[in-house]
Amino acid sequence: MLVAAVFAGALARALLFGRAAIPLERVLPAPLTKTAAQISRMLGRFAAPALLIFALLVPVLFYQNRYVLDLGIMVLTYVMLGWGLNIVVGLAGLLDLGYVAFYAVGAYSYALFATTYGLSFWICLPLAGILAAFWGVILGFPVLRLRGDYLAIVTLAFGEIIRLVLLNWQNLTGGPNGISSIPRPSFFGLPFTDSEGSFAATFGLAYSPTHRVVFLFYLILALALLTNWVTLRLRRLPIGRAWEAMREDEIACRSLGINTATTKLTAFAIGAMFGGFAGSFFATRQGFISPESFTFGESALVLAIVVLGGMGSQLGVAVAALVMLGGFELFREFQLYRMLVFGFAMVLIMIWRPRGLVATRDPSLYLAERKAIAGSFVKAQG
Amino acid sequence: MAPAAPEPILAVEHLSMRFGGLVAVDNLSFAAERGQITALIGPNGAGKTTVFNCITGFYKPTAGLIRLAHSDGRAYLLERLLNFRVAKLARVARTFQNIRLFQGMTALENLVVAQHNALMKASAFTFAGLFGLKSYRTAEGAAVEKARYWLDRTALIHRADDPAGALAYGEQRRLEIARAMCTDPVLLCLDEPAAGLNAHESAELNDLLQFIRREHAISILLIEHDMSVVMEISDHIVVLDYGVKIADGTPNEIRNDPKVIAAYLGVEDQEVEAIAEVGP
Repeated sequence: MLVAAVFAGALARALLFGRAAIPLERVLPAPLTKTAAQISRMLGRFAAPALLIFALLVPVLFYQNRYVLDLGIMVLTYVMLGWGLNIVVGLAGLLDLGYVAFYAVGAYSYALFATTYGLSFWICLPLAGILAAFWGVILGFPVLRLRGDYLAIVTLAFGEIIRLVLLNWQNLTGGPNGISSIPRPSFFGLPFTDSEGSFAATFGLAYSPTHRVVFLFYLILALALLTNWVTLRLRRLPIGRAWEAMREDEIACRSLGINTATTKLTAFAIGAMFGGFAGSFFATRQGFISPESFTFGESALVLAIVVLGGMGSQLGVAVAALVMLGGFELFREFQLYRMLVFGFAMVLIMIWRPRGLVATRDPSLYLAERKAIAGSFVKAQG
Repeated sequence: MAPAAPEPILAVEHLSMRFGGLVAVDNLSFAAERGQITALIGPNGAGKTTVFNCITGFYKPTAGLIRLAHSDGRAYLLERLLNFRVAKLARVARTFQNIRLFQGMTALENLVVAQHNALMKASAFTFAGLFGLKSYRTAEGAAVEKARYWLDRTALIHRADDPAGALAYGEQRRLEIARAMCTDPVLLCLDEPAAGLNAHESAELNDLLQFIRREHAISILLIEHDMSVVMEISDHIVVLDYGVKIADGTPNEIRNDPKVIAAYLGVEDQEVEAIAEVGP
């Protein structure tokens, strides 16, 4: 269905406009484009703080609405995955189609550590991150010399290998039955239950299952913001600049004495680490995981979020995750047609914004004035 | 003790590079003196860029030695240092025949990326930098100052915050030289720096290269087709043809060398033997 929609959209586009890219000026009248430009500049300045404030207020506004809270948690999980993958794809320019593997490693490490050794979430979280980063390096080594399509194929295979191992290593992972009764998170040792010494009892509140959902919401928001903060910080450090330089031209990097092998491995490792964090969060939220949650479809969705958002742009990825997952939910009533609508929407967005929602690149430092760099100068991937 | 003859900064000995059956460089030996501008010239396909790629660690030569000596006495065998280590340890910087800038990054960012290894150390391999320690911020400030100096020298200061891809062709050539200089090299290898430049820009390039040699005591090795550049600024010229060295000397000697003239302009068949007898 999706394929058919994309095909039909592309055909309609070719009939209407020919093959060239369509400038917005041709579709909209001139004064409208001018205001559109102003609006987009305004949006650029206020969108990020507004989104953050909105995210912080969601549990307050929708306290009674369990559905919205759950949707919010899911969107934030994908925002975090998108930001993690953005390090690998957007900054370092390494096309990774198997990102879900690290999500799975994180989820299974938390599930196994917690169920086997009874370790708490806050101990398992860094462990899961470290293990995922380790697997990122394991993937990184054989693909050091690969670029573009070849890299994509190997990473795709890597994602499948991890899934198949999880499916078949029955006595460790439980195979297709997965792992159930994974410990739920506690508020610094206070469980969210209706009993003595629980969160509600300690703070003198009436017990409500919503407490846990709100806690999970803020937990994933904090994890996502951590990912964002680290990424923004790294972009302004030599390692982040080396990632971007490597995306632009790997040979030139080597001529400047940059060790491209370690630079690539750190990109894979750090991207994977955040995938692992998100995975452990997923496991503790669901309480049950099985290989079915870690299919190629998930990798493709996260990659679509990064591409739609504009590679390398933090704000774009967040908006894209909201649009994609929110869109899925919004059109749920249309059942089969929602994929059709979704396909059309994707085609339209890719026609008008072929480089994603936020196509410009923000320079990491400046001398006189900070100028956004047009997307046409920035390489998508090497 | 009598002063020893100064050691050349770069000594290439019996360098050969084969790609399967093709001999791109055959038993080439030459030296580049410290603080001088050495030019490597020859007709198209003579193997000049192959020699460059061997020197800068992009190719591993089939045979031969490439010895680079720093002024403090340390020496490196470049054919054993592959890849990025030539630039990092031996401090050989290069530019490319087809410009290889980081197009989506600003001119300033290009020059800061070039100081990666120094900044990496200053940021304690990212950890100090992540928490914004002062030592790292000082180091970054110094890196920006160095970038500013080279932007000034290459007359690009007004384009500092523009993406490298938006610069004009001549500006991109200059930026690539500035970027190479930011790695703090002892030997600067330039692959056709004047290609595509007009006469005015070529003259400016000459000034820039002479400034680099004079003020920073950096030795330069360049490949060039533009004879106005080569003859004016080089101290020493090596001529290659079909991977073999056919002449080696000062610009004046090269200008009058019948073998060089033959290689560039071609000769009648019966003259070839005559030239071979005259040649060294």
